[in-house]
Amino acid sequence: METNLADVTIYIALVVSTLRMATPLILAGLGGVFSERSGVVNIALEGIMLIAAFMGMLVSHFTRAPWLGVLAAVASGIAVAALHGVLCIKYKSNQVVSGTAINLFSVSFTGFMLRKVFEHAGQSPPVPKVADWTIPFIEKIPVIGAMIGKHTPFVYLSLLAVVISHFVLFKTRLGLRIRAVGEHPKAAETVGVDVFAIRYLCVLLSGALAGLAGASLSLGFLSQFRENMTGGRGFIALAAMIFGKWTPYGTLKACLLFGFADALQILSQTLGLTFIPTDFLLMAPYILTMAALAGIIGRSVPPAASGIPYERQQ
Amino acid sequence: MANTDEELRNPSKPPFRISREQAIELVIPVVAVLLALLIGALLILFIGKSPLVAYGALLKGAFGSKRDIAEMLINVTPLIFTGLSVAFSFKCGLFNIGAEGQFIMGQIVAAWIGFSLTGLPTVIHMPLAFLSGVLAGALWAALPGYLKAKLGVHEVINTIMMNYIALYFSHYLVMGVLKEPGPIPQTPPVQAAARLWRILPGTRLHFGLILALGAVWLIYYLLFKTTLGYEIRAVGINPHAARYGGINVSKDIVIAMSISGALAGAAGAVQALGVQFRFLDLFGFVGYGFDGIAVALLGRNHPFGVLIAATLFGTLARGAITMQSIAKIPKQIIGIIQATIVIIVAADEVLRRFLKSRGAATQALVEAGEVEGDGN
Amino acid sequence: MQRRLAFLERGFLTLQKSMKAPIVEMRAITVKFPGVVANDNVSIDVYPGEILALLGENGAGKTTLMNVLYGLYRPDEGEILIRGESASISNPNDAIQLGIGMVHQHFMLIPPFTVAENIVLGIEPVNAGGKLDINKAIHDVEELSNQYGLIVDPKAKVENISVGMQQRVEILKALYRGAEVLILDEPTAVLTPQEVDELSAIMRGLVSQGKSIIFITHKLREVIAVSDRVTVLRQGKCVGTGETKNTTAEELAQMMVGRKVVLSLEKEPAQPGDTVLKVDDLHARGSRNLPALKGVSFDVKAGEIVGIAGIEGNGQSELVECLTGLRKATSGHIYVNGIDVLNNQPRTLIEQGVAHIPEDRQNRGLILDFTVAENFILRNYYRPPFAKGINLDYRKVHAYARELISEFDVRTPSENVLVRSLSGGNQQKVVVARELSGEPKLLIASQPTRGLDVGAIEFVHRRLLAQRDQGKAILLVSLELEEIMSLSDRILVIYEGQIVGEMTADKATEGELGFLMAGGRTKRGLLTEGSEESGQYRRRTQEPLKTSFSHIS
Repeated sequence: METNLADVTIYIALVVSTLRMATPLILAGLGGVFSERSGVVNIALEGIMLIAAFMGMLVSHFTRAPWLGVLAAVASGIAVAALHGVLCIKYKSNQVVSGTAINLFSVSFTGFMLRKVFEHAGQSPPVPKVADWTIPFIEKIPVIGAMIGKHTPFVYLSLLAVVISHFVLFKTRLGLRIRAVGEHPKAAETVGVDVFAIRYLCVLLSGALAGLAGASLSLGFLSQFRENMTGGRGFIALAAMIFGKWTPYGTLKACLLFGFADALQILSQTLGLTFIPTDFLLMAPYILTMAALAGIIGRSVPPAASGIPYERQQ
Repeated sequence: MANTDEELRNPSKPPFRISREQAIELVIPVVAVLLALLIGALLILFIGKSPLVAYGALLKGAFGSKRDIAEMLINVTPLIFTGLSVAFSFKCGLFNIGAEGQFIMGQIVAAWIGFSLTGLPTVIHMPLAFLSGVLAGALWAALPGYLKAKLGVHEVINTIMMNYIALYFSHYLVMGVLKEPGPIPQTPPVQAAARLWRILPGTRLHFGLILALGAVWLIYYLLFKTTLGYEIRAVGINPHAARYGGINVSKDIVIAMSISGALAGAAGAVQALGVQFRFLDLFGFVGYGFDGIAVALLGRNHPFGVLIAATLFGTLARGAITMQSIAKIPKQIIGIIQATIVIIVAADEVLRRFLKSRGAATQALVEAGEVEGDGN
Repeated sequence: MQRRLAFLERGFLTLQKSMKAPIVEMRAITVKFPGVVANDNVSIDVYPGEILALLGENGAGKTTLMNVLYGLYRPDEGEILIRGESASISNPNDAIQLGIGMVHQHFMLIPPFTVAENIVLGIEPVNAGGKLDINKAIHDVEELSNQYGLIVDPKAKVENISVGMQQRVEILKALYRGAEVLILDEPTAVLTPQEVDELSAIMRGLVSQGKSIIFITHKLREVIAVSDRVTVLRQGKCVGTGETKNTTAEELAQMMVGRKVVLSLEKEPAQPGDTVLKVDDLHARGSRNLPALKGVSFDVKAGEIVGIAGIEGNGQSELVECLTGLRKATSGHIYVNGIDVLNNQPRTLIEQGVAHIPEDRQNRGLILDFTVAENFILRNYYRPPFAKGINLDYRKVHAYARELISEFDVRTPSENVLVRSLSGGNQQKVVVARELSGEPKLLIASQPTRGLDVGAIEFVHRRLLAQRDQGKAILLVSLELEEIMSLSDRILVIYEGQIVGEMTADKATEGELGFLMAGGRTKRGLLTEGSEESGQYRRRTQEPLKTSFSHIS
């Protein structure tokens, strides 16, 4: 197939595709940022997204109100995260084990419920999805309008969430306390910060954000639930969080980069990029993250107390 | 403490105290399984079916006939390997969450050696193909082990990353250089000389089971009867004391990760050489690696415990198919039961508190003794 | 000039003291831990505008008492009055509310945060929109910093500033919360001499503005130089309190060290043989990357016990770690039987015949979840007769374990019991048995009786002497002066990473050693006269000591 690289539609498709791919990653990645910044490793993001995608679809199916579905997705994300929080914070379970268990649970649970409710395996029937938003004025601008003027609300919400998360983490009293708890919980406790309360709050918040990410899959980009539709996005989000050095803007950049790699892979035929195996583009996020952790490309250092259960004195 | 001497002159006391601890250790997995089965039963009731019928169908599916038993054991085989893999890493204080990726690498490399070499006798080709898969798994795990030992990068994140790299890399290979001509994304079939022997006439049960049982014994022997096992357990329990004892902690971390990866690679190799006879393109993770985590946790990271836990999970997995077809109960119920078991085992602190509350008085004594022993 | 004014003011306040009411009174405080009475009927009081030194050896109960005042421990008995009113302090927040601030020995600072962020954490200023008002925080910190002369850079990250500045941040943290009474726990332990000077000026500045300071220390010189009054604790009890100017270093040393029950050990005079260990100009850094050993040189001969006396944190741990391969030295030489083993791996040293009873038996000396038998072979499991090829011969291991259990009288039901379940004394017997059974040439025993009961102490002591009599070279590092004195043939005193004195045990006195250990080496007149003439006592030549507090005293 001949490709004209001067054809502007290719670039539009690339930007649109990048944003689509990046959106669930950004939301889940921000969830990871909050959780880990407070000191709780959350590899359950994948499972939380999956359950939320299912619950969102389910509520939208029965109420025919997709935004209620989004609400349900967020609520279910919070509920699953609460389980992770209780296990990790109260009972000091191994955080990776707890996350793994939730991931295992989510695949079976959603598959089970799919059969129970729709007596159908593989995928749900189509359900109402949330309507796209158009941004006034911007949509009228040539090229730019086509790139960013009209998207599912989740795209804009994810970008908004980045800005808010950055503000909360770095410009507010709460953010200062969250970061303190993730770095040196004992020091935070000696000045009267409630370590457990902050950690619960952050884990629940990460559940809400991962829930929103799940909703973006089943009610934003698609209008149905498919078995295992997260397809490892929770783990890419985790990678993006690390690559972005546990900051919202860093995570955004990493998600856009990873989303771009994904978009290139999808459009590689059109772009004439067949000389790069698409699988290598898919691998790129993981290889880059490992390189970042090893210090080959700007060392990523996690919050000091991340993964360590906190024991109160006495 | 004044009472310690007196306490120790009465030698009947300490063994009782320890046996209570050990009893709790053994009781936790049993309670976890029973509780999870109970939750499963409630879910079955929730969809309006009878748990008795369901579990009956499950048992029938796993033990109903010679063929059922053989199929069940075919399910058990890779779980033994991946369970051992994760358990072995735990024994060295590492968390190999990458058994899934090592499984894939073992599977594709075993298939590659299995189909590409021709004219070799079985006694050479079969072990060669199997061991290539083992080696591939070992190398895939050695890298995160090395990064942990030399740079202190946590192995959990790196092994997760390498799961996905393995997934896409295998896809690249099976769509490219290793692809069988034709429309289906798969490798050519493994040569007859590289296939694992069938060990039960009339069934698909293969020699991999014997290899897995051998691995249980080998890992038990390695951990508890050799100097290397001694070192690895020492590093796993207390790396500071291990270093004081002259043990090269970094080296042992790399070795332990490699052995762990080798076991996961072996799981992939037996699937390639004993069940599928080729590598079929994966559209996602098969799950043996992740199930290995559950098996290891339930088996308390002991090789024999792993054997029991793998048998249980294999039984559930095989029985679930019959349960779905006969009793019309979604097979995912088994996944829910498995995940519930892991959650309960992970939350063993809850159970522990419950089980210990009765012996609270003696427990307080033990803890007081420990506080005294801290010396600071 | 300012300092002089502050000094005059202090004199004035001292005069006023009799009329003023104490700001803090702790009455008859008793704190019990399992098996130990950490504070036994201790009373102290603190007046506004004074520095009270809380002096005592490690384990005397100083920090426990202050943790009670700061709400970290609840006392079993006793009462606390703040400004004359009975106070219930159940957590640090209560203490902060009452105007009590504490600077912990291990700083409670968050390294990637800025100075200002660390100071305001927990009571952050916010503006109308709920946004963290970091400019106000910086401004407040600057103001506070100017008011008390505590120079910090509010925008610098804590991980990039000096330890001295970190300490000032901790003090500012307390002042920002309105502290009237400041507890400083061993504040000089981590400081360089220059930083100690700065700290003393800061402390004087604070009391001149009406604050009160409780200053936990075991360094006599600092007590004399900086405090107004001093309370001495020993083994959980208050042994004296009074005006600093009415006391002397010798008196304080005597009170602090006291006369403990001396275990009578019958020992023959040592028969020193060839030099087994020779340490030459050893330098090493400690955990905070500050120099911990600054040119240590000494030797240990076969058939003698050389004791290293000193107060915790003067380089003993680092010295032992260097000698056993667990820490890299920066320069110098370590010869074992004439072979330079500097920075060799632990195993190489084990094979050179260096045995090591580590100070932290639970974290380093033992693998608590291994059996007694498995712990016995921790340092030689890889060699015959235990190792046979790749195998570990457990029959031999068990037979060997049973032998050691009976030889060393380890009280355990069997060799298959986890070490975790043994008492502290029996755990230590396992370590001692393991280290002595390997026929070492050199034994390094670091606090070998820490936390043990009397019977176990005696056991360990007798074993060490028996080893000496068999011609082994023994280096004994202990914080227990009495242990050093009753076991050693020669005694070295370590202070701030240097050997500051050496003497034979029969010529050493507690007062003299305690004085050297506390850094009191400037007043030569205090040293036992005649010892120098007899040649048993010698002082090492070194640069004149920078006495940190000299400008005040």
